Amino acid sequence: MKKVITLEDFFKLFCDELDEVDLENISIKTDFKNIDEWDSLVALSIIAMIDEEFEVLLTGSDMMKSTTIVDLYNLVLNNLS
Amino acid sequence: MRESDFSLNSKVILITGASSGLGASTAIECSKAGAKVIITGRDQERLDITFNQLHGNGHSKIICDFSVNEDINKLAEVLPNLDGIALCAGITKTIPVKFISNETIDEIFQVNLVSSMLLIQRLLKLKKINKSGSIVFISSISTDYADKGNAIYAASKGALNSFSKVLALELSSKNITSNCIQPGFVPTGMLAVGVVSEEQLLEEKKKYPLGFGEPRDIANGVIYLLSDAAKWVTGSVLTIDGGITLR
Repeated sequence: MKKVITLEDFFKLFCDELDEVDLENISIKTDFKNIDEWDSLVALSIIAMIDEEFEVLLTGSDMMKSTTIVDLYNLVLNNLS
Repeated sequence: MRESDFSLNSKVILITGASSGLGASTAIECSKAGAKVIITGRDQERLDITFNQLHGNGHSKIICDFSVNEDINKLAEVLPNLDGIALCAGITKTIPVKFISNETIDEIFQVNLVSSMLLIQRLLKLKKINKSGSIVFISSISTDYADKGNAIYAASKGALNSFSKVLALELSSKNITSNCIQPGFVPTGMLAVGVVSEEQLLEEKKKYPLGFGEPRDIANGVIYLLSDAAKWVTGSVLTIDGGITLR
């Protein structure tokens, strides 16, 4: 079953995994790996969130290849079963 | 001339989790060392691949899914008496503590810990572990070498270390030994797929003074602990990790 989600909702879910993010300084076009708070644990958290919410298991390589939150969003959409 | 204590000649050895990774390699190396091996795993096709690589004759294979307790009971029933057991069945999932669930804990603990404890219990009850036999658990350096996202796996392996020590004491009157091996990172099917990227693997490899290990680096440790050479070794935890935990 396809879980429908808007880019806006996906962006919120993404931001929920960050603790100290200044929402003024982040958008769907932000290169998320350049966020101050970004580290391996945040990356794992994003992977776990996507698995939990969408049952899509992304790999570390998928994260490396993605630049913006839009990239991630599209990746999730393409992998929805 | 007496044959080397490091041989497994004529010993009957059970290897769990033998359809892939360290278990498969352990089975093959044990057969080279002269053992009659009984391999178990959940995947028929992959178990056959391991089976076909065994050296010598007299080996057997039994399908067993360690996530199902009924399978473990049945396995214990059909097994012959054993001189050694290498418990290699294991799964992992990289997940931050914030995301762990009862379901994930149960899944990982069942395969990594509960199944092994229950199998040993059944075998002891059925008196199928021969005197002077040996039990080897595949643990992990993660028991005290922390890595982000590895909490449940590490906890299950830490519990295995503790279980092995009590088992070692309880079985000492029968001269049965129980030991653990803590491997460092050995690229195998279980770990190569998943959330770890190629780039992260390369970074990780640089941290290892001796580089990554090969499955047989671990299998040879298992053979030592199963052999008569280790008859006075019990309750120990042998780290085989290419030096990663030195720093």
